[in-house]
Amino acid sequence: MTAEPIISLQDLRVSYGEREILHGISFDVLPGETLVILGGSGSGKSTLLRTLVGLEKPSAGEIWIKGHDLAKTTATEMDAIRKKIGMSFQGGALFGSMTVGENVALPLREHTRLEDSTIEIMVRLKLQQVGLEGFEDYMPAQLSGGMKKRAAVARALAMDPEILFFDEPSAGLDPIIAAGIDQLILELKRAFRMTLIVVTHELASAFLIADRMLLIDKGNIVALGTVEEMRKSVQPRVRQFLDRVAEPEISGEMDYLQMLTAERLEPRSSAGKRGK
Amino acid sequence: MQIVSQIGERTLNGLGYVGSLAALATRAAYYTLVAPFQGKPLRLQRAISQAMDTGVRALPILSLITFFIGLILALQAAYELRRFGAISAVATAVAVSMSRELGPLITAIVVIGRSGSAFAAEIGTMKVSEEIDALETMAISPVRFLVAPKFLAMMVMLPCLTIWANSMGILGGSLFGVAQADFTLRRYLQASIDSLLLRDITTGLVKSVMFGITITAVGCLEGLATAGGAEQVGRSTTRAVVMSIFLVVVVDLFFTALFFFAGSR
Repeated sequence: MTAEPIISLQDLRVSYGEREILHGISFDVLPGETLVILGGSGSGKSTLLRTLVGLEKPSAGEIWIKGHDLAKTTATEMDAIRKKIGMSFQGGALFGSMTVGENVALPLREHTRLEDSTIEIMVRLKLQQVGLEGFEDYMPAQLSGGMKKRAAVARALAMDPEILFFDEPSAGLDPIIAAGIDQLILELKRAFRMTLIVVTHELASAFLIADRMLLIDKGNIVALGTVEEMRKSVQPRVRQFLDRVAEPEISGEMDYLQMLTAERLEPRSSAGKRGK
Repeated sequence: MQIVSQIGERTLNGLGYVGSLAALATRAAYYTLVAPFQGKPLRLQRAISQAMDTGVRALPILSLITFFIGLILALQAAYELRRFGAISAVATAVAVSMSRELGPLITAIVVIGRSGSAFAAEIGTMKVSEEIDALETMAISPVRFLVAPKFLAMMVMLPCLTIWANSMGILGGSLFGVAQADFTLRRYLQASIDSLLLRDITTGLVKSVMFGITITAVGCLEGLATAGGAEQVGRSTTRAVVMSIFLVVVVDLFFTALFFFAGSR
């Protein structure tokens, strides 16, 4: 028996203005599963994540999250869905004018009618889960990069979400701290059976945390499969990414001539940089 | 032909900009006036601390500037009035031009420099560091959370600051009046009060409320429109200041003309 997918994408297309970034993406995510989205810079993986949390509107296709099509929801429905998801941003995106405790408490204060004392206990609990107990009264600026990410995860966990999204959880961290974040993700997976969607280009961490992996390149899905399937894949683009092979240099004379005379490519770097 | 189409395009862009300002102001007004009665409370505490920042902390510099402006007005008016032997009319000249025009305008310009730019920089920085996105993914409207308290603070504080600016201007004028025009301070102030109609003050206050809306809308819109990196935050801040000054003058012209024709009937 297969469970209903918690997230289901059908032929999703996203454009910035005239340029299409994602050209028809379809996949399902099952409840409790950890899906790692791999891809190089400018591959569209950040755009995909932003679309999944409703920060970008799809230009075509369907995104079903818990039975709602994001492409057709009203603002009120969207807010209801957002209360069930959490998002940890690349830089943490903690509010600099509030303490760590206030940051974690914010969704609870905004969306629940809990008493202050209850909220305080929940904040302490969430911070403990990410290994930051006792840091309630620190300002985000006083935390290191890894601690900021942990605090951001605590804030994303505040509303006990069913789906948790991570944007580049280990980017810009040293290997030891990054390994700590991987451990945290594994714990969340084990303890809460949460559905996790992680965007990354760190291969080691991807193989460690993933149930299934999705490789996207230039706005298309290249491969989708379990960790084992990906490891054994013989698809050239997958192998190139996993074996960390650089783009081949232009070798032949005719190729070089073609490069010089060809029409210019549309710049696509700016779109890939969004959300970074 | 190309010039005509360019002018057309610019005009449409300009109107579009004013349209988005109005849309932002409307949404902020909804979250300030309507939403609190639908169970989405306003962040009153945030509005109060914002009002402290834009209002109370602006008092020293605003007082100094408007005191000098009042004095300058008195000197300039006296230069002309002296030729008619009407130097005692200097009190009227200062009081009327301060309350009707310069009080609201100078206040607006000081507030643009202090707060309009700060709004754009604050929201722009939050945009760049994904904090605005974080708010949205937490189902918290950035307009309700960030923009609405600023609107409330500005709409209350600008008229208050304007009244203060008017008084300081009149006080500045009195320095000249007492030193050069045979007034006592008491008589100068009395002459100023006698010369003012209630209408002079209310038109100034109506304008100041409109200035407050304009400055907040431009500052917040420029902040929210920031895309890219830290460099863009600086650019947004500059744009916010320049656009605010321009639009405040346009709003000023519109309302001055409106009051002129409405009053002359």
